[in-house]
Amino acid sequence: MFSLGSNGGKYTKPSFVSYVNPEKGNDALQEKNPVFLPGEVVFCSASPVLKCTHDDLLEGSIMGTLFCTNFRISFVSDQVLLEDVVQPFRNRLYGENDIPLTCVDQIYGDYDEKRKLITNTQMKNKHPNGIIVHCKDLRVFQFSLKLAKEEAAKKIFQGIVRHSLEPKSLRCIFAFSYCENIAGAPETQNKPRTLMFENIVDWMEEMKRTKGNCKLLEINKDFTISQKLPQFFFIPTNVLEKDLAAYQGKGVPIWCWSHHSGCALFKTASLPLVQEESFLRAQKLYMERMLNAVAHNYLYAVKAVDLSETLPSIQDIQQSYSRFKQNFLIDNIGEFWISDMKWFSTLETTRWLSIIRQCLHKAVEVVEYLEKENTNILLIEDGGTDLSCVISSLVQLMLDPHYRTLTGFQSLVQKEWVVGGHNFLERCNHLNNKDKESPVFLLFLECVWQLLQQHSLAFQFSETYLTVLSDSISVAIFSTFIFSSPYQRVSSMKTESQTHGSLLNIPSVWDWSLQFDCKSQEFLFNPLYREKSKQEKTRNKNQRPKPIRQLSLPNATPPKKYFFKEETESLRKMLRGTRISRWMHLSDSAQASVWEFYNAWQQKPLDYHGLLLPDLDGPAIRLWMQRYLRWIPEVQIFGGGDITLVNKITSLSQELEELRMELEQQVRQADPRCKSTETVNKSTIRMSCFFPFASCRSGSFKPAIPTSHCDGEMDMGHLAEREDEDTELTDNSVIRGCAD
Amino acid sequence: MEKSGSADSLGSKRSSSRQPSVDSLTSTNTTRSDRSAHLRSAVSPDAASARTDLGAEVLKESSRIAEGELQLLPRESVQDTASDVTYICPFLGAIRGSLTVTNYRLFFKCLDKDPAFVLDLPVGVISRVEKIGAISAQGEVSFGLVCKDIRNLRFAHRYQEGSLKKSIFELVNKFAFPVSNALRMFAFEYGQPFPENGWKVYDPLAEYKRQGLPNESWRITKANEHYDVCETYPATLVVPANIPDEELKRVAAFRAKGRIPVLSWIHPETQATVTRCSQPMVGVNGKRSKEDEKHLQAIMDANAQSHKLFIFDARPPVNAAANKMKGGGFESEDAYQNAELVFLDIHNIHVMRESLRKLKEVVYPNIEESHWLSNLESTHWLEHIKLILAGALRIADKVESGKTSVVVHCSDGWDRTAQLSSLAMLMLDGFYRTLRGFQVLVEKEWLSFGHRFQLRIGHGDRNHTDADRSPVFLQFIDCVWQMTRQFPAAFEFNEFFLITILDHLYSCLFGTFLCNSEQQRLEEDLPKRTVSLWSYINSQHEEFTNPLYVDYANHVLYPVVSMRHLELWVGYYIRWNPRMRPQEPLHQHYRELLAKRAELQRKVEELQREVAGRAAVAPPEKAGSPAGSPVQTCV
Repeated sequence: MFSLGSNGGKYTKPSFVSYVNPEKGNDALQEKNPVFLPGEVVFCSASPVLKCTHDDLLEGSIMGTLFCTNFRISFVSDQVLLEDVVQPFRNRLYGENDIPLTCVDQIYGDYDEKRKLITNTQMKNKHPNGIIVHCKDLRVFQFSLKLAKEEAAKKIFQGIVRHSLEPKSLRCIFAFSYCENIAGAPETQNKPRTLMFENIVDWMEEMKRTKGNCKLLEINKDFTISQKLPQFFFIPTNVLEKDLAAYQGKGVPIWCWSHHSGCALFKTASLPLVQEESFLRAQKLYMERMLNAVAHNYLYAVKAVDLSETLPSIQDIQQSYSRFKQNFLIDNIGEFWISDMKWFSTLETTRWLSIIRQCLHKAVEVVEYLEKENTNILLIEDGGTDLSCVISSLVQLMLDPHYRTLTGFQSLVQKEWVVGGHNFLERCNHLNNKDKESPVFLLFLECVWQLLQQHSLAFQFSETYLTVLSDSISVAIFSTFIFSSPYQRVSSMKTESQTHGSLLNIPSVWDWSLQFDCKSQEFLFNPLYREKSKQEKTRNKNQRPKPIRQLSLPNATPPKKYFFKEETESLRKMLRGTRISRWMHLSDSAQASVWEFYNAWQQKPLDYHGLLLPDLDGPAIRLWMQRYLRWIPEVQIFGGGDITLVNKITSLSQELEELRMELEQQVRQADPRCKSTETVNKSTIRMSCFFPFASCRSGSFKPAIPTSHCDGEMDMGHLAEREDEDTELTDNSVIRGCAD
Repeated sequence: MEKSGSADSLGSKRSSSRQPSVDSLTSTNTTRSDRSAHLRSAVSPDAASARTDLGAEVLKESSRIAEGELQLLPRESVQDTASDVTYICPFLGAIRGSLTVTNYRLFFKCLDKDPAFVLDLPVGVISRVEKIGAISAQGEVSFGLVCKDIRNLRFAHRYQEGSLKKSIFELVNKFAFPVSNALRMFAFEYGQPFPENGWKVYDPLAEYKRQGLPNESWRITKANEHYDVCETYPATLVVPANIPDEELKRVAAFRAKGRIPVLSWIHPETQATVTRCSQPMVGVNGKRSKEDEKHLQAIMDANAQSHKLFIFDARPPVNAAANKMKGGGFESEDAYQNAELVFLDIHNIHVMRESLRKLKEVVYPNIEESHWLSNLESTHWLEHIKLILAGALRIADKVESGKTSVVVHCSDGWDRTAQLSSLAMLMLDGFYRTLRGFQVLVEKEWLSFGHRFQLRIGHGDRNHTDADRSPVFLQFIDCVWQMTRQFPAAFEFNEFFLITILDHLYSCLFGTFLCNSEQQRLEEDLPKRTVSLWSYINSQHEEFTNPLYVDYANHVLYPVVSMRHLELWVGYYIRWNPRMRPQEPLHQHYRELLAKRAELQRKVEELQREVAGRAAVAPPEKAGSPAGSPVQTCV
């Protein structure tokens, strides 16, 4: 028998391919089953298993049962008590002792005190005494299998390794089993809604909002032009239809966003590399036509920015991140304090922060072209769906306050990443084929976090939102993050629906109610966000020139024509390079120019609803502490951290709101005592600085005292041996050095 | 920004409040307040329209230029002005202007720039004036000023050949180092009256009374009234009740510089104490002192909760052992039964000085971005901060959680010991986290207990290579700042308060940080002849108040001392770099909310009075004051 999901007694045939026969838990275990999700099926389980916590002050080891299902590895404690602890922020899909299979990063086996990295190829029969699971959301679990029966221990070990590390097919991703077993999610009716960009309406709405002037294409509705491009997209009006299919959609400038001046941001995949002269010439001519078309969008100025040449490669990003994250996957305290000594240089050698800075820097460069010079921009990248997504979204986030709202941001991610064709499936490595893994989307979130921490009043969403979003990437329930392209999504959902006999719908991550209840969803909003007041809105409307006006200027054409000619001339000159991307390689002066641009911006009064630039200086680019340090007990500041500040502001704002209400009531002469007691319910629980992720603690606790001192680690040279002030132990008078 | 009046005319403050050219700020706060003013106009809904804002901006601009004139403090006098000086700004390039030198400050201005550029700094911050290179082809001489506040200034000055007039930089040299030139420090001239007298902030008897002293185990002694037990200690000391004054002298003979173990702080509930002293004079032969052993036993016995005593030696064990050669050393566990000795591995003043020198190289004038973190690490500055904080944390933990008394010392007990005892007290006692409490802490643990400010800072002394100089007090303030970062609502004072203290540590405008000990301060009659820094601060305390402060006095703060949570104090060390934007709009935001709340509360009360007048219903109490609600609320 299968252990079934919680959706009543309804029996659904599991549609995954299983290597291990699902096992029937014995009766004693039955009651300790985790709460299964619809479509979730247990592969195997073992009991008793010890979960070891490195924070042994708190509870030490916990006895329980370890399950492996088609969704997760789940540890269910024998102690019922733990379940009752009320957590302010709970995920409905998985608990604190659950690891979604796609969230497993690495598994180590504990073989008689020797730790070995388990890889899928090495499936030894000898199972380890314990396993250590490193998760993509930076949690670390240690399970001891010593107490479990030999057979069960072996089985659970093999099951976990098989299902979380071995390559699998898309069809095995839990989202498919899940969506078959849930009712089609009701359309979210809340306004404003997240634009999904899966239909023409959303695209039109976006174009209308930005007042751009491009041509909508429906020609790829059935992916006949390209399987990499969205079904619907905008291109410059001057692109000829016959050019679209020339290189399977590569080289076609896809509209991203229009600046209020009229210039716009486009992106494209670079053309395939060719050797032969005639092809090369054809490519050059083709790209020239495309550039001209982009230039024609506004004022005949265009800049092509090649990202493949100036930014780190996808492999660099992956390598850097895998070194970086290792510093946070800590499973013993000694290791923590030893690594503390070289902390800054360790961070630096991973180069992760430097990659973040490079991306932000590049985005500021592009922003400068758009904002200061009103130049059309064409982002070019080999695949056109990785760094160009990072840069184009960052540019839009800096220039357009709409994307700093929650729905605006989600729409941006839909437009640039999901529909834009970022290969989430391979970049997130959901199918365990390591070779194309790279945390490009996470890199984008990191950059957004930098902006958020530098300008916390400008964003409607919170740091917690970004952290939760980054966690959601590896949950594999959301359609947002499991496909390689819109084509794959549309085609596989079509096949699925056909086999299933009804229309299937994998939920989007933006349906936050799947993960969090109403109260928890409040944490996704930034209490510091300053909404734009009505006055400001109207003022800005008056100030900003309508972009249309500029385009419709009657006499602008003759001089511009000349300009256009010149521009093409220079473009031609630049096209003489062997590779198209050479043309407009940003020079070293870009650095200086960006600084100047930033300085000029900084001099001006800061408008949170206007242009927002990041400070790129060394000290300003920081570590996303909430995401990376939240599970490490040693670094929890109880009763402190920025969260205290945020909470104070939140409660003050609430108080203000209540006062306002009270005022209104009093004016209406209602009962003045109405509801003013609510805020009194505040306890002095010492909240961690990583709230809402780490648990609260009441009462006293031990401070984290460093265990290893720097005995001889710090090389102080001869100075350390010098007596300090006590040179005068025997001589009380001050020895003054001779005057210079 | 619209402050005026006498208090405002203090060098550093003033230049900042009206000076938009970032380089010239003597304090960071400026950019912040300028910025927030913009913020207010840009974001707040009830701000005037954009056009009037612009008008206001222009007005401000012109008034700035008018104010670009030097405003002298009482008894400040212009010594000379040179009109053709070029300031070589590392951020803005060469700026031509005029340079004025007074007996207190150096004032450079260039009105051609828009906005006008002003550089205004007390000559006290200058540690070295040096001529760089020979006369250039243009007949210019370059001068470099090395400052104590993490910046170097460079000027070029046309040299009038054949002129009898001395270079203006010779004047700088004269007034920056009054001690070396047999001049009086400006602090003795400056006689600005303030409504508050800061010299009265600390009254030892009142402070000990606040701590519940004397009690049955501890007595207040006047044995050092004439500073003959220990000349670097204060006149008022707290010692175990059963140790008579005569014995104290014998204990003093066994402690370096006579700095006997005395009480710094007592736990209000457990009676566990923090006591401080200098190293015992053990020497190579392992000398012992019956009186000293008895003294420590008495300290332990005064705390009924524990039968143990922890001795924290701030030094690395190697250095402590090396001190034996000089007659010093550390307590042996044979001689002091029930005592446990712990070394805290904090390095000496020379290591700290070198570390700060390296830090300055890394942050001024520009940061090398690609190696920022490893460069920062190579200075070891934060590593030292970590060790000091970790030491204080261990002390606080022993006293609070272990209910055990502790003795803290280093070699002389006036540098590392002061850092540790004061930081531990800051963690343990909420009083010291208030604006006045912190002043008491500095007066008590640093000034009265003889941290040698004159020697460590070298006020007015030309000898910049003096090996006694060391940034010990700066490190302490840095540690405090780290704590305020980790507990943003636990301190009544703000970052600007800490920066102001550091600015006036060097300015020599106030008498507070002059001299080396209480005895010297009395000899010099400083309270009569100079103004206290606290007079200035307490006369306009709103400037220095943290709007987020919540008094939760009984909470012990345990900061996290891991490098993961320590960061370089950009607002102090990198404040001269105009690109470092102070990141504190949140405080501003909070202030605005507070103001709004006050307004609404007022309205509510008015209405309530009205209603009450009509219906004779008692108005409900609104729990509104920030002090009423705890910081950590469960959302």
